[in-house]
Amino acid sequence: MINRNAMKDTVENKEEVMDINVSKRNFLRLSSALGLAAFVGLYKSGDVFAAEWKESEFTADNLKAAMTSIGAEGYTMSGDVVVDSAEIAENGAVVPVRVKSAIPNTEYMAVLVEKNPNPLATAFNIPEGTEANVKTRIKMGETSNVFAVVKADGKWFAAKKEIKVTLGGCGG
Amino acid sequence: MAKPMRIRAKLKGDHVEAKILIQHDMETGLRKGSDGAKIPAHFIKTLTVKYEDKVVLDTVMGIAVSKDPFLSFKFKGGEKGGKLTVTWVDNSGDTRTDTTAVK
Repeated sequence: MINRNAMKDTVENKEEVMDINVSKRNFLRLSSALGLAAFVGLYKSGDVFAAEWKESEFTADNLKAAMTSIGAEGYTMSGDVVVDSAEIAENGAVVPVRVKSAIPNTEYMAVLVEKNPNPLATAFNIPEGTEANVKTRIKMGETSNVFAVVKADGKWFAAKKEIKVTLGGCGG
Repeated sequence: MAKPMRIRAKLKGDHVEAKILIQHDMETGLRKGSDGAKIPAHFIKTLTVKYEDKVVLDTVMGIAVSKDPFLSFKFKGGEKGGKLTVTWVDNSGDTRTDTTAVK
């Protein structure tokens, strides 16, 4: 993946004198170059680093805009994605929800509440080895469809479930 | 000062079942206090779970995650005694890391 010699040559050619200080400097340069290359390499291989919190995703104020903001506007409904919860949530401030996907290579799952002021509630990056099956608790302002949206092999799939709320959880 | 999390990680067959309970207000910024003034938003934005050095779950959260967030999930490749580390960062820049051993 990384041609260490080629990189070392370029670094060394810039220096004519090879005293101890220079070789130390070269070593530092080489290691930072390798570090960057390794980072880029890992990133390309789809490894997951700390998730980035994007303002646009969480401030989108309707379902369509929220779907678009995460890149999922072309999603298709799928029976392999499940939103698992009780039919009725008595307290909208604490609604236990499980989202899961049986689609191979699921790498991302998001939970969206259609009628919340900002639909996106939370999202998960699922590295290899982790089951695409996460349970959490969300707030719901009123009775609404809750969507699970997943990304697998670059494609987007979704499922929805209506959860009835008898006491809203978003303010007042 | 951020309060400690409660983390449980249990080996079940070939996977580890992790349960995380965080103590955090998750204030939406939409509520009003008794004086009528809005209570400023205060919520966790990102949360990362690592098993040893490998990320096993990476999460972003908005204000619609419940107060005292709870997460439960499973991953493969864990062993008894392995370290599970959870780190969160909130919108005020506050952060907390807690670690537990897989049982």
